[in-house]
Amino acid sequence: MKQKNVFKIKIAGQAGQGIKSAGLLLAKFASRSGYFIYNYIEYPSLIRGGHNVMQINISDKVIRGPSRHTDFLIALNQESVNKHKNEFDECGYVLFDSDDHVNTEKLPSCVKLLPVPLGKLANEAGGKDLLSNTVALGVVAAMMSGSIETLKTLVKEEFGDKKTEVLESNYKALDLGYNFALENFAEIAKGIFKLSAVNGPKKMVINGDEAAALGAISAGLQFAAIYPMSPISNILHTLAQHQMEYGYVYKQPEDEISAINMAIGASFAGARSMTATSGGGFCLMTEGYGLAGITETPLVIVEGMRGGPATGLPTWSSQGDLQFILHAHQDEFPRIVLSAGDVEDAFYMTMEAFYIADKYQTPVVVLLDKNICDDEESVPVFDISAYRIDRGKFVAQHQESYKRYALAEDGISPRSIPGVGNFFISNSDEHDEIGFSSEEIDNRIAQMNKRMSKLETCAKNDMPEPVIYGPKDAELTIVSWGSSKGSILQALKNTTNVNYLHIGWMNPFPSEFVSSIIKNAKRTTIMECNYTGQLCNLILEKTGIEIKNKKLKFDGRPFYVEEVLEHIDELLEGETK
Amino acid sequence: MTKMTDLQTPFMPNWCPGCGNMPLWLAFKNAAVKQGWDNTNTAVVAGIGCHGHLVNFTKLTAFEGLHGRALPAATGIKIANNSLNVFVFTGDGDCFGEGGNHFIHACRRNHNLTVILHDNGLYALTTGQSSPITPHDAKTKSTPFGNPDEPFNPLVMAIASGATFVARAYASNMAQLTELMIKANQHNGFSFIDVLQPCETFNKQFTHPFFQENTYYLEESYDPTNREIALTRAREFDLKKIPLGIFYEEKKPAYEDQLGYLNGEILYKHGTQKRDMSSLFAKYI
Repeated sequence: MKQKNVFKIKIAGQAGQGIKSAGLLLAKFASRSGYFIYNYIEYPSLIRGGHNVMQINISDKVIRGPSRHTDFLIALNQESVNKHKNEFDECGYVLFDSDDHVNTEKLPSCVKLLPVPLGKLANEAGGKDLLSNTVALGVVAAMMSGSIETLKTLVKEEFGDKKTEVLESNYKALDLGYNFALENFAEIAKGIFKLSAVNGPKKMVINGDEAAALGAISAGLQFAAIYPMSPISNILHTLAQHQMEYGYVYKQPEDEISAINMAIGASFAGARSMTATSGGGFCLMTEGYGLAGITETPLVIVEGMRGGPATGLPTWSSQGDLQFILHAHQDEFPRIVLSAGDVEDAFYMTMEAFYIADKYQTPVVVLLDKNICDDEESVPVFDISAYRIDRGKFVAQHQESYKRYALAEDGISPRSIPGVGNFFISNSDEHDEIGFSSEEIDNRIAQMNKRMSKLETCAKNDMPEPVIYGPKDAELTIVSWGSSKGSILQALKNTTNVNYLHIGWMNPFPSEFVSSIIKNAKRTTIMECNYTGQLCNLILEKTGIEIKNKKLKFDGRPFYVEEVLEHIDELLEGETK
Repeated sequence: MTKMTDLQTPFMPNWCPGCGNMPLWLAFKNAAVKQGWDNTNTAVVAGIGCHGHLVNFTKLTAFEGLHGRALPAATGIKIANNSLNVFVFTGDGDCFGEGGNHFIHACRRNHNLTVILHDNGLYALTTGQSSPITPHDAKTKSTPFGNPDEPFNPLVMAIASGATFVARAYASNMAQLTELMIKANQHNGFSFIDVLQPCETFNKQFTHPFFQENTYYLEESYDPTNREIALTRAREFDLKKIPLGIFYEEKKPAYEDQLGYLNGEILYKHGTQKRDMSSLFAKYI
């Protein structure tokens, strides 16, 4: 089934050819012209030479997920033609360097060829091969009837602080491509999706890593310690860049163990603190995870999932860490686990996580996955007007007879910090109300009850109900989490009798709500990117209900919109739409 | 003014009779009284091991974290509140076994911390196994036929890794230890005192008489500003002639001094007002 009103451009070539920046430029170009985009990126774990792909999906409606098919391929080398020749949705277009002896014989016969002397024009513009993709962008802009001026403005913003010659040669490369297309492809361009100027509200083009970083800064982040790791490194790049402007500290630690312990130390001393990592780094953090739990130290941990185990698939997607995050560490402590479904979630959930961590004085994990981390989406400009920086029960003055771990109905004791005259011990040993080590039975029971009761308080006061998208009375209910949300919602646009239950809170878990939805659904299926069905098992654990239809995928790629539609077709055979 | 009674908690030390932790702890309390370290200006961080119990007997706000991880926690505390005196108490197993990686990096980054190593040459709380400081051939519960491994030299490691104040003391010379703790605290940058102490229960080699017979003080003319000489003297650990005193001192900016953009404001008080994000959001439009 072909998606309606979506134009899909793929840029493919070698790592180091500037594919990511060209893709981002094209996405911003479409967004500035009033359209919505979804940028899906694939790359191997190396810096130069591997095959890189960026697919820019453009639509006049909100677009949320990656697709397997392409309408327009910009092939910067032969390998790109070979690899993607069978991905065309009906008939498409292939733009390639006419001087590069690209063999196009194996392409489907109806594919329209767009030979352009990319390298020659790039040289003419005064740049080397790196400008080839800029020439290609000029060609695309002309064929889509886009405004070359908008494109030039974006290039200027990108290279604003570089030398004028760089800017001039980029302008020239755009013009050469643009004019070449006007002269040579006027007829062939008629069938192509047009960027006729649409006036809409301004949108951001941003990925989940950047969104999480901006969420943290918006929430009043004061300290972050993050060790580099795919796919969350962009969080630390973004935080490192803006620390002086906003007056917080980003510190690169020696390892993930140090990262989490530094963040806990800073939080103990009163700073709003976070760390971020992927599954492998989180393995090293697990002891600190429980330390934050028993010392009742607020902490935000962003975990961006990738394929594992061990080094696994460093730059590919997975939803395989849910059960790990829910169970990591010995014995028990209250952990709050949130899972983002898209870029907007990455922003707003990270903000919320700081509020929740301070309020409940316990670690809060925000789960992302590689696709949320890396893929750009166009989203309404983030709105923080309703956000209030609330530190919870925070005692910043001297208080007589202060007790750090005073027993409390709601599980939340008054939290103080060193330097304000209140003696207490933030103690990783089991401890009494002041924090002195204690192995007494009654005290242990009282402190365990106090800590664990935070989850009930949190479920009652702060956990929202999950969202159901689509018609109430549907033939099929899809259940999922994480970035699969995007492809599922995109697929739902092509159906009328399917709805989607998205789960964002994993612990505490909205058991009653989920149970009643599944019980009342005509048919249910679950879609996840892992081998064992980790959300499926969590639902079984929490509700006693096993969802029998499962679509599981663990090949390192996310669900594409087409796969969701195929799955729906399989289940609703003959009665669909 | 800090009085000795201000530092008292309802608990008395639970260390074994003759334990080197006792004089070390008393020397620290003496220094606290002299310098006015109290709950308005000081935080104590401890690792896990016999030494870590001192948080229960010392009425100073403390963070007792994980085995080996005292230094990262202390680093976070110091960055969050640079106005605090931050003392790190750590053991030789804690600091150089589980925590070795953190130690070399904390030295390298020159955080303004005062690190006091309870160095008894083995793991005591887990009942007497070898530590990274246990001498070659020494018999312990984990090396019943003699330790096949060579020990670290904590001082050499600290100086080589970039620490800017490095000293060694014997726990029972409380007057000298108190003075060293004060100097270490006054030093701007990463300060490290290797405190030799007996474990009366498990270490039959490093006893009080052993330290009293085999240690001496660096001569008065010794110049602690020369790194090469400091390394040479630090290597004089032949179990017969062990030098004590300040081996190395270097003046250079601490890590925290490089956070000039905070304008001297304490980090946890910085940015508590809601930030104006509009210009940063605009970069993504």
